[in-house]
Amino acid sequence: MPPECIGYSDQTHWMIAIRDHQDRDAFAKLFDHFAPRLKGFIMKSGTGAAQAEEIVQDVMLTVWRKAAQFDPHRAQVSAWIYQITRNRQIDITRKESRPVPEELKEDPGTEADASQVLGLEQEAAQLRQALANLKPEQREIIEKAYLGELTHQEISAQTGLPLGTIKSRIRLGMERLRHELKDLKQ
Amino acid sequence: MSAVTHHIPDAMLAAYAAGTLPHAFAVVVASHISLCDHCRVALAAHQTVGGVVLEDSDAVPVSSSLKDNLFAQLDAPFVPEPVYDRSGIYPGPVMEALQGRALKWKTLGMGVRQDILTEDAHGSVRLLYIPPGQAVPDHGHNGLEMTLVLQGSFSDETGQFGVGDVEIADEDLEHTPIADAGDPCICLAATDARLRFNAFLPRILQPIFRI
Repeated sequence: MPPECIGYSDQTHWMIAIRDHQDRDAFAKLFDHFAPRLKGFIMKSGTGAAQAEEIVQDVMLTVWRKAAQFDPHRAQVSAWIYQITRNRQIDITRKESRPVPEELKEDPGTEADASQVLGLEQEAAQLRQALANLKPEQREIIEKAYLGELTHQEISAQTGLPLGTIKSRIRLGMERLRHELKDLKQ
Repeated sequence: MSAVTHHIPDAMLAAYAAGTLPHAFAVVVASHISLCDHCRVALAAHQTVGGVVLEDSDAVPVSSSLKDNLFAQLDAPFVPEPVYDRSGIYPGPVMEALQGRALKWKTLGMGVRQDILTEDAHGSVRLLYIPPGQAVPDHGHNGLEMTLVLQGSFSDETGQFGVGDVEIADEDLEHTPIADAGDPCICLAATDARLRFNAFLPRILQPIFRI
């Protein structure tokens, strides 16, 4: 493991190894960790076991193929896989492609910033704790919202989750990219 | 980009991340995020919450063949999904909705033009072209309307909207957007129902123009 990556979560390690080296051992570990959770996540919204497995396979294949887009300065592995999963579920169930924003472009030579990656992991861990500390009924509403069971009218802006600090951290990760891009243009 | 002052509300970003926003609105949200780092950050925060929900989901064992099937496909050739880059004032998601076709402006009268990008039972999304000083006809809404400015600016009873700004109007808002002086105002507008025009176009023409 490169010395600058010490302290990263297992998931981030695996994903970087997949992204940079098409590492199949790391992909096997990522699969063992996420595939059963993905199946549980997909079945929660009423999908049957067989179709859920099809979607899991589809999502994990997309993770492998789109690994180059993973940026641990801006996203947790679980957040990145979450969005791929919801996109694939919509593509499959609605038979329409979900509109996605333009990707931010990163220069391949951009130096990794371990403190930013670790900072984001810590913020995400705190967010996870905050979610665990919510009252069960509050937590259930949030789960429903992110499982895609509530319309935007039903999602209250007041979810009770403190998103301010994680936004600050993600913003730093994005500014790093913008800064590098600006340097490139000069 | 820092000039963007009218953003996407949090609940709508959460619904966009979860995929419950109707397609027409999702095109506007994806286009706005392409122009606005503030909302790109907020979306990433919602994706983080979604990731926590995924991470904390009860693990359900997968069948043994799943992993083998998956690994057998890793080297299979595949066609990458097309990437739609911005073209001039039009963000990637608009280019995606155009599916490679050229713009086809249709005149609505008074110099106002439109090009309908997509339309289905849940709503429609279109480009609107409004000459400087021209009012978009006074209209109320049967449902929700989202308007993203791509060029120029407009003002109405609620404020001024420049490039990247998004106005969200519901049934309660009776407003008259007027394109400001300068460049013609070009907007991306999504609705989940037909607009009710109070003047400008007789109601009977609405089905023809599909407004």
